[in-house]
Order: sequence, then structure tokens, then C-alpha cells
Amino acid sequence: MDGNGSIPRDSAPGVDRRASTADFLWYTAGLAFAVLLTIMSFVVDQTALLWRPGEPVGLAVLAIAQMGVHLVFFLHLGTGPDHTNNILALAFGALIVFLVITGSIVIMANLNANMMSMPGDM
Amino acid sequence: MTDTVAETAPEDLVSGRGGGGPAATRTVVAYGFWIFLLSDIIMFSALFAAFAVASNRTAGGPGGEQLFHLRNVFIETMCLLLSSYTCGLGTLSAERQHRERFLAFYALTALLGAAFLFIEISEFADMVGRGDGPSRSAFLSAFFTLVGTHGAHVTAGLAWLLYMVAQVWVKGLRPRELRRLLCFSLFWHALDIVWVGVFTMVYLIGGR
Repeated sequence: MDGNGSIPRDSAPGVDRRASTADFLWYTAGLAFAVLLTIMSFVVDQTALLWRPGEPVGLAVLAIAQMGVHLVFFLHLGTGPDHTNNILALAFGALIVFLVITGSIVIMANLNANMMSMPGDM
Repeated sequence: MTDTVAETAPEDLVSGRGGGGPAATRTVVAYGFWIFLLSDIIMFSALFAAFAVASNRTAGGPGGEQLFHLRNVFIETMCLLLSSYTCGLGTLSAERQHRERFLAFYALTALLGAAFLFIEISEFADMVGRGDGPSRSAFLSAFFTLVGTHGAHVTAGLAWLLYMVAQVWVKGLRPRELRRLLCFSLFWHALDIVWVGVFTMVYLIGGR
């Protein structure tokens, strides 16, 4: 890298720099992984493959894996230095999503537990 | 040793952090749209949180296991997934200036998106017709808000898709149209990511 235009510049999300046939294969591999994970989710839900109380956790893991597949294969996010900005933004978004969802669930469960049950309540 | 540091340090500071001079318009546009998509996903997270809190407040009404038809949900999921795939290939063809291939892939994308919407709307109409509309219980309010917002996004995406096809039809595949197509495909892929959350949390975990 001598600084004459060969410096790896920022990459935009969704932009790929691969050769044309590799591009097509990349999308197809992503589709295959995503279909596989979707089918696994439905199978886990419909059968007794997983220990029943653990099923929500298993489904959450499959969903997060599939989101990762979409990000890498369809949105072309990478771990290279040219994607630093994109990954930082994604990490911040994921943090906020995590805070909003778990925060709401924890606070509402807490409120619910501390609520006195009213006569005539279910 | 010091030489190597001096040679590698600038590159590490430059790449991916906006260094090394102004980035290409395409990169700037896509990055800005990426920030919008993340904020859109944060908005969805609030609806997900509301659903998680209200998911077992059925007020004596029907719960998920009585209402949801998982076969339909599976077909919907496959429609959206395949449409994401054809949308990616369509955008790829556009970048290679293959106009006919682009139009074919985008027509397929629109068809699959419309199929998804058709299944979703008929399911909603069925539920409302049986008296299980959004006003029935907190669970159903949260369900219609979350899934309905996603459906509204898909509808907006379909309108945008047709608009992009019209633009390419009239103006051709110039850099400006290609940037807009890039943003559209990012939007469509992001909708699919949100749907992964919806079918897992609402239909699979919520329908038990």
C-alpha cells in the first residue's frame, strides 16, 4: 500500500467487489443457508426435537443466526477494515435494540410481580 | 521496525473510518441509508418489546395457537426470502448493465412481495371477520401493530420497486439510478431481517 489509490477505502453496505460469478454464488449460498435455518426453526417448533422449555432459546439462536446470514450474504457486511463504519453503526443499533427489548420486558415483569391482584381480576 | 509501523499506521487509520479523502458518492449514499435502516429497526424494536410484554394478555380472547396457521407463515417466509434473493440478483444485473435481466428479476421480486402481502392481508381480514381484530385484546393490538407495520413497509417497498422499474425503463441504468437501486435493495433486505424476528417471536414463540 503506497497510498496511490491502493488504500482500501470505505465500503458501502450492499456493495460487493467480487468477480461476477462469485457474486451469484455468494447470493445463492446465502439463500441456501437462510432456507435451511428457516426450515430448522419450523421443525424445532413443530417437533419435540428440543427440550420443550428450552425451545424459545433455541428459536432465538436460530433467528439471530439467520439475521447474521442475511447481513453477511445479502447486505455484504464484512469484518475488513473498510467496513469499520458500517459495523460500528450496526453495533450501536444492536445495542439500542437489546436495551429497548430486554429493558421493557424486565421492567414490565417487575411491575407485574409487584402489582397487588385486584378482586375480580382474572 | 519503525518503518513498518510508519507504513501500516496510516492505512489502519484511513480505511473504513472515512479517512483518505472524501468517499465516493455511492458509499456516502449507502452509508446514510444504512443509518436510516438501523433507526427503522430500532423503531421496530419498540413494537417487538410491546408485543413481548402483551403477548399473553389475551383478555379471555383467542391466543396465538388458535389464530396462527403456521403453513401460511412458512409460505410467507419463503416468499419474502426468495424475493430478497431475486432482488439481490436484480441489483447485481443492473450493476452489470443487463437491463432485461434486471427487469425480469425485479418483476419476480414484485410478484413474490405481492404474494406475501396477499397472504398477510387475507389472514388479517379473516381474523377481523371473526371478531378477533386489534380491539379484541392487548395481545391482538400488539400483534396487529407489529405485523401491520411490517406489512406497511412491504407495501411501501413494493411501490418503491415499481417506481424504480419505471425510472430504469425511462432513464436507463446511470450512476444515479444505480445508487437508488442500491438503497432499495438494502431496504428490501432489511425488511427480510425484520421478518425473521417477526416469524420467530410472534408466530413460533408466540403461537405456542
